[in-house]
Amino acid sequence: MAAHERLTAAIRAANSKGQPALVPFLTAGYPEPDEFVDTLRAIAAVGDVVEVGIPFSDPMADGMTIQRSSFEALRKGVSLAWIFDELEKAGDLATPLVMMSYLNPLLAFGYDRLAERALATGVCGFIVPDLPFEESSELRAALEAKGLGLIQLVTPATPAARLRMLSDASRGFVYAVTITGITGGGSGLPDDLADYLDSVSASTELPVCAGFGIREAKDVANVGAHAAGAIVGSALVEVLERGDDPAAYLESLRS
Amino acid sequence: MTFALPAAEAQALLDATLRGELPDDRGRFGPFGGRYVPETLVPAFERLEQGVREHLHDAGFQAEFQRELREWVGRPTALTHAPRLSEHWGTEVWLKREDLAHTGAHKINNAIGQALLAKRLGARRVIAETGAGQHGVASAAACARVGLPCAVYMGAVDIERQAPNVDRMKRLGADVIAVETGDKTLRAAIDEALREWVTDPAGIYYLLGSAVGAHPYPYLVRELQSVIGEEARQQMIDQAGGLPDAVFACVGGGSNAIGLFYPLLGDDIELIGVEAGGTGDGLGQNAATLATGTPGVLQGAYTMILQDADGQVQETHSISAGLDYSGVGPEHALLQATGRVTYVSANDADSLAALEELCATEGVLTALETAHAYAYAREWSSRNPGKRILIGNSGRGDKDMPTLTRYPVRSGSHGGA
Repeated sequence: MAAHERLTAAIRAANSKGQPALVPFLTAGYPEPDEFVDTLRAIAAVGDVVEVGIPFSDPMADGMTIQRSSFEALRKGVSLAWIFDELEKAGDLATPLVMMSYLNPLLAFGYDRLAERALATGVCGFIVPDLPFEESSELRAALEAKGLGLIQLVTPATPAARLRMLSDASRGFVYAVTITGITGGGSGLPDDLADYLDSVSASTELPVCAGFGIREAKDVANVGAHAAGAIVGSALVEVLERGDDPAAYLESLRS
Repeated sequence: MTFALPAAEAQALLDATLRGELPDDRGRFGPFGGRYVPETLVPAFERLEQGVREHLHDAGFQAEFQRELREWVGRPTALTHAPRLSEHWGTEVWLKREDLAHTGAHKINNAIGQALLAKRLGARRVIAETGAGQHGVASAAACARVGLPCAVYMGAVDIERQAPNVDRMKRLGADVIAVETGDKTLRAAIDEALREWVTDPAGIYYLLGSAVGAHPYPYLVRELQSVIGEEARQQMIDQAGGLPDAVFACVGGGSNAIGLFYPLLGDDIELIGVEAGGTGDGLGQNAATLATGTPGVLQGAYTMILQDADGQVQETHSISAGLDYSGVGPEHALLQATGRVTYVSANDADSLAALEELCATEGVLTALETAHAYAYAREWSSRNPGKRILIGNSGRGDKDMPTLTRYPVRSGSHGGA
């Protein structure tokens, strides 16, 4: 099985138990770098796929919460090389990982080396929020050579023809951004969410995971009725920020 | 270190530039440029690109734009001979006076052009970022002129050091939004403006102020600013009797420099861009992106940026808010890589001294950004006596009074040569 197929399989496995897949996001090394592996293990024990955020100096698609966590992690010396070293120490987590990174840290790391280290550390795919499809051929080629997936984002602003193109290009799953906005917005999920998620789901054979604005069990249920999975980012980072138990919070989303 | 292309490739790209073929249809200036934006903004960028194609060179749009430049901006701006400065430096010095344009800097050329475009594209409101505040003031004025609401994102650090401009923006009807995240300067302001744009990509027009960012902005801004170089070229022929040997412009994002250089690329003229050398050569001590940076992706474009080995963008230092930026326009990256334009830096202290000298000799209070071009031109003149030079006087220094008052006038500097 190619690495990106592990993502699809993990999401389908959750669905076969009658529930949406839960995809938690954490900023790597936040709040404390030396707790990263323990935090990741705790989160991976509940999540079906875990999204590991690579901190970046200019997180232009992120709201205050993820910006804060990102700057704090950078201040404490977190880097992509360090993250791979930590993942190596963590060993096999059974739960497949995806990395969320802006392009420049990946570019600086080098795509071939990136694909090699990802494959060796249980990372099955990448989400790159500032890399539109049109600019993605080099990274896509390097990842595909190792069976890794480049996960495409689609949004409510995406026209129908583009939606089909992005869904075809995506690997592992399709990331449906629920709102026109940045992460961590306070306005909750939009009213026309169901139609939007249904149209994304209809565009692809892959599972669709919805993200942005998911904070509570009712949001997960709401999204789960029209998509295969729910991505929980800023709300989980806030839990980590407060020093609360991330696993308990994630369990509460399933009730 | 500087990034250079192999000679044959460099020549081919330079030829393509001179034929007006760059950026290509992917928004590339050779290896640089492109469009690295969040998916939510892709349709907005496609609409903008379509709008630029449809309107920018349309006769009706151009007639309206040229009329606004003439009757509202006050163009053409003067070309001024600087006889006393020439005597000091030993070169024949000419100044292209963008400080005389409405609102006090070249920024207005781009702001009114894009505001007219925003109107044609049916935008409900305009957002803009600003560093020194000149683009914020220009955007506020241009939006008032065309009747669109305007919000300006400005770093908290810049709000403090450019206080007079903050008040001007508010009086011109703009909302000024303080950006407290990131480095709290221009880069953070652009990030925050992009975040706002993502919330309403169809209703908002983002009026970007420099020749930076994702395609089509570097192209659009160059086209709107090229009036500087077109006028200056003709004025040099008419007033000075010929083209200059060398042309100097300060470079932050690089909009005044590209506007001045682009129409002169085909001439036998040495073109020199001057970046902010800050207080030293170390990472974080300056904003000399082209002189000391490496290629990477920042805020929508593949260009030269100041970054560490992990690809994290570094904070910059400059006494001038308008040059305090970790990236640079992608076309400048190409012009450097082809060797057509030389990029150097001038430090804070030399720029302050040059500002003072220009005040004393020619009665022109130039902007701190612009002062960097003078500082290097002065040094260049000492090595090239007798040459004729042109300096892009991109803006006036009134906005810099809060900074300048910290540096008392040196006694005797106004006592004549």
